Amino acid sequence: MAKRIDVSGLSAFYGTHKAIDDISMTVEPRSVTAFIGPSGCGKSTFLRTLNRMHEVTPGGRVEGKVMLDDENLYGAGVDPVAVRRTVGMVFQRPNPFPTMSIFDNVAAGLRLNGNFKKSELGDIVERSLQGANLWNEVKDRLNKPGSGLSGGQQQRLCIARAIAVEPQVLLMDEPCSALDPISTLAIEDLIGELKERFTIVIVTHNMQQAARVSDRTAFFNLAAVGQPGKLIEIDDTDRIFSNPSVQATEDYISGRFG
Amino acid sequence: MASTTPTQIDTAPPVAKSGRSTGRAGDKIFAGLSKGSGILLLVIMASIAAFLTYRATIALSENEGNFLTTFDWNASANPPVFGIAVLLFGTVVSSVIAMAIAVPIAVGIALFISHYAPRRLAAPIAYVVDLLAAVPSIIYGIWGALFLVPQLNGLNLWLDEYLGWTYVFDKTQVGVARSLFTVGILLAIMILPIVTSVSREVFLQVPRMNEEAALALGATRWEVIRMSVLPFGRSGVISASMLGLGRALGETMAVATVLSPSFLISGHILNPGGGTFAQNIAAKFDEANEFGRDALIASGLVLFLLTLLVNGAARLIIARRKDFSGANA
Repeated sequence: MAKRIDVSGLSAFYGTHKAIDDISMTVEPRSVTAFIGPSGCGKSTFLRTLNRMHEVTPGGRVEGKVMLDDENLYGAGVDPVAVRRTVGMVFQRPNPFPTMSIFDNVAAGLRLNGNFKKSELGDIVERSLQGANLWNEVKDRLNKPGSGLSGGQQQRLCIARAIAVEPQVLLMDEPCSALDPISTLAIEDLIGELKERFTIVIVTHNMQQAARVSDRTAFFNLAAVGQPGKLIEIDDTDRIFSNPSVQATEDYISGRFG
Repeated sequence: MASTTPTQIDTAPPVAKSGRSTGRAGDKIFAGLSKGSGILLLVIMASIAAFLTYRATIALSENEGNFLTTFDWNASANPPVFGIAVLLFGTVVSSVIAMAIAVPIAVGIALFISHYAPRRLAAPIAYVVDLLAAVPSIIYGIWGALFLVPQLNGLNLWLDEYLGWTYVFDKTQVGVARSLFTVGILLAIMILPIVTSVSREVFLQVPRMNEEAALALGATRWEVIRMSVLPFGRSGVISASMLGLGRALGETMAVATVLSPSFLISGHILNPGGGTFAQNIAAKFDEANEFGRDALIASGLVLFLLTLLVNGAARLIIARRKDFSGANA
């Protein structure tokens, strides 16, 4: 189910502007890897290269290799649509389909992937909502619009939608930054459960969150505004937060800049 | 310091006061103006309705025929006999044909401009479509009569030959294509720009994050459109269609130039003949006497009501699925 990500020599561009420069890292299956760093350092851009969402932006372009086990996501003949079906994504702001019911939101990805029997669909939707710790709150109103839920519930609905298609990897782009502390806690607990099944990569601005949920932490930084972002170091989360090997990391996590 | 403080105390309050008081006056003037405009609009609407109703009642009280079912328009005769059956039929049929042709094409063009075309192609296409709206309707009428009518003979023959069994496309009468079908095609071209540009605006407003949600699930471009763009734009497309329908229902010159009017109802839409409210008013108004004009005004009142009805229906459709509209996202 979960796969290893192996990135080598990856750079991403917006038109002629280089956003991230020559990044290489390995993400182990069934682990949580957190990306931290100051705004504009390219951590979200890098995350979006992992499911080929970066190239959706006009002018977006990528160089380098992203291996998912033995398959290069940027290999010739690889369909980006197929990549996104294997690598799921949760966004910064909860974005359930406003015109769909709760049930249809969770079933949306399944319906794209093929024909399911109605009973089968119902089972998967229930399992996914349970997986996202949302089932008990919404089981009586599955046909109500997803946009009627609270922000935290909407975000868990988006997680249910992403895991319903059983992706290999789950990418999360600051999933809690629009949520209150209670909802944030619920999502963090959920991440802990989900890593049993998925490879998870999470971008966060909240360093305590990175320390709480992740096994490995990657610190990104940029030399100056307008310069491309770089990976400074990636290490076990304990080490990054106690004894990082680069001075800039220590300065950042101790709040001296950023 | 000590010398400047008093001057500040002296000057500051009047400045602030006068600033505030002009603000208040401005507020009052603006509030009055906008309230006045609103009331004026209602007064104009009410007086139009009252005028139409008053003149229509005069005509209807003298009418010897049945206003709803008579297939004739002899308002200047003595006794006057006139009815709107043919006009209602012609108006509805030609507008329905126009909608059936224009709305799918307009939605297609709007999607192409907003989601498929490369940027340097999208702007010129949008411009050309908007340009279609700037052509005066009499030009469409002349073009329709001199170009479209003769050109459509071939299509009519083909439809008659292969789809004649449907009854609707059975052309039982010989003659050039001055038919409701031709009028429908012409109206479709005329309402295309308004439906296209309103739909395009709506499609462009679909939040980026909704489209990305679909993309991240592994949706193709068409699936993104089906999952997030079309549902979000649904009410907008309905409004756009209603704007177009309003124009099609009321279109006068182009219809009057193309149609060869007759007071017959025929389901064979390729046959020449038929009539619409606006076309009938334009054709008869000059030669009509005072009473004849009242009769035409009565038909105008029906068109007015028909338009109101269509708009009301559209609002109902939009309101019915309000929760899912995306407006509360």
